[in-house]
Amino acid sequence: MSDMQDSLRELYQEVIFDHNRNPRNYRPLPAASHHADGHNPLCGDQLTVYLQVEDGIVREASFVGHGCAISTASASLMTEAVKGKRVEDVEALFRDVHALLTGTQDAEAPVRDFGKLQVLAGVKEFPVRVKCATLAWHTLHNALTGEHETAHTE
Amino acid sequence: MNAPREPAMTAPVLDLAADFPILARRVNGRRLAYLDNGATTQKPAAVIDAEARFYRESNANIHRGVHWLSQHATALYDAARATVQRFINAASADEIVFTRGTTEAINLVAQSWGRPRLTAGDEILLSTMEHHSNIVPWQLVCEQTGAVLKVIPVSDDGELDMEAFEGLLGERTRLLAITHVSNALGTVNPVAAMTRRAHEVGAVVLVDGAQAVAHQAVDVQAIGCDFYAFSGHKLYAPTGIGALYGRAELLRHMPPWQGGGDMIRTVAFDKTTFAPPPQRFEAGTPNIAGAIGLAAAIDYVQGVGMEHIHAHEQALLAYGTRALQDIPGVRLVGTARDKAGILSFLVEGIHPHDLGTILDAEGVAIRAGHHCAMPLMTRFGIPGTARASLALYNGEADLDALVAAIHKAQDLFGTRHDSGRRT
Ligand SMILES: Cc1ncc(COP(=O)(O)O)c(C=O)c1O
Repeated sequence: MSDMQDSLRELYQEVIFDHNRNPRNYRPLPAASHHADGHNPLCGDQLTVYLQVEDGIVREASFVGHGCAISTASASLMTEAVKGKRVEDVEALFRDVHALLTGTQDAEAPVRDFGKLQVLAGVKEFPVRVKCATLAWHTLHNALTGEHETAHTE
Repeated sequence: MNAPREPAMTAPVLDLAADFPILARRVNGRRLAYLDNGATTQKPAAVIDAEARFYRESNANIHRGVHWLSQHATALYDAARATVQRFINAASADEIVFTRGTTEAINLVAQSWGRPRLTAGDEILLSTMEHHSNIVPWQLVCEQTGAVLKVIPVSDDGELDMEAFEGLLGERTRLLAITHVSNALGTVNPVAAMTRRAHEVGAVVLVDGAQAVAHQAVDVQAIGCDFYAFSGHKLYAPTGIGALYGRAELLRHMPPWQGGGDMIRTVAFDKTTFAPPPQRFEAGTPNIAGAIGLAAAIDYVQGVGMEHIHAHEQALLAYGTRALQDIPGVRLVGTARDKAGILSFLVEGIHPHDLGTILDAEGVAIRAGHHCAMPLMTRFGIPGTARASLALYNGEADLDALVAAIHKAQDLFGTRHDSGRRT
């Protein structure tokens, strides 16, 4: 089996298929305090991320939209991961996930246990697909920082 | 409208992969099945060698030197223009302007023909299936002049709605800008008949031939169009070279669109006079080696025979169409009666981008996405498609590899129907 086949299997794991088939928290959030749109014109991926923040804590997170398996699974895993976290911890997670997906992790920094999110690291081997995995995270970041411009990953 | 065409029943006739050095390389440990020819084609050794030979033996600037090499390079460049003229049967080599490609050719017409002539309310007629490069230059000229775009709709099969076309033609129609072959659907449009109708209302016609010239014989005089644009790189030639055909009568009255060396007759600070076409439209040192590569590519395809290339690709198209239709869960997008070798499709439950990545791991190169035809994707209500596009060096083995890789993707995604063949 070639390296490429190995990389493929590392990326397309059951977690990805599961979250693609049954995305978690896939719904609009009428009570959202924050939301933002994301769009990757190259693939047509499009999503909206909703957050309900109270007392500096993300109480609810959800998304709607459409995209490839990688972008859908990434969004779904993200909503699970941020729920219940403090806003500053979510922002730190955004930065760390971004570094993980783009292979720009600081070798000096303490190692983080990414849990289920680790599966997304598989995109590193597929440069043109990295943006599929980061779209939801950029959109999350925009929602939190109140940037109402649509997030673009191009 | 075209008469329904029987699917080609002949077998593929050509076996020329050995002429293309890159096809021997392996990708991701697999034999390369290159099915992204709509994006760009691979180059035969004859073209690669012609370009290298030019730099080794003939390189000099053109139209400028009294020395032997310059005259030699000029002769080669002029000969390349004559080769393009014969290839598309233009009446004169002066009707061939070298450009960077289709995009630049269309922008040239938009700025040099369109911008000085169009006024508010004038109509530019194009279609839903145009490539962005046959949309955006017209939008720019509309902003500059107040002209408006009118759009011929497309049927579910991916054919132009000819009744709507008739309805949209009118006395305000100044230009019909239409693709010969759709890069996203493969539809071959009846450009000769459309040109006749457009001329009857006094409109000028530009045909985007980017996806046509490599796959069928093109005769611009038989089509009757005023402008015809194409890119060398989709015709087995290098990137950065293409051509605009323009009827002499029109080119003669068009102002330059870029200024510089090579396009002037005399320059003085109070008045500059311009060279006649085609030099008027070729400011600056052109892509000389590219033009020579383009001529070599034309010699190559003409050596094979455009009719053989067409028959070969039609046979492969029929083979590929059947093979894809036999896979449960696969839907073809673009099922016009008259098609070139382009298979756009969707696989149920698998996004085109995921499919592209998985196929790539199997050595199968296709394109996934909107194919620079976003309005068309919107028309079909889809974000994009997977597209396999054929060239003269493809064979049944490439399509077999495509089918096997789709099965793999379906296995991986757990969406393969066990029921075997659909009836
Ligand atoms: C139908 C069509 N028109 C225009 C173009 C633009 O060609 P180029 O990028 O070579 O200028 C393409 C190719 O992408 C095409 O398929």
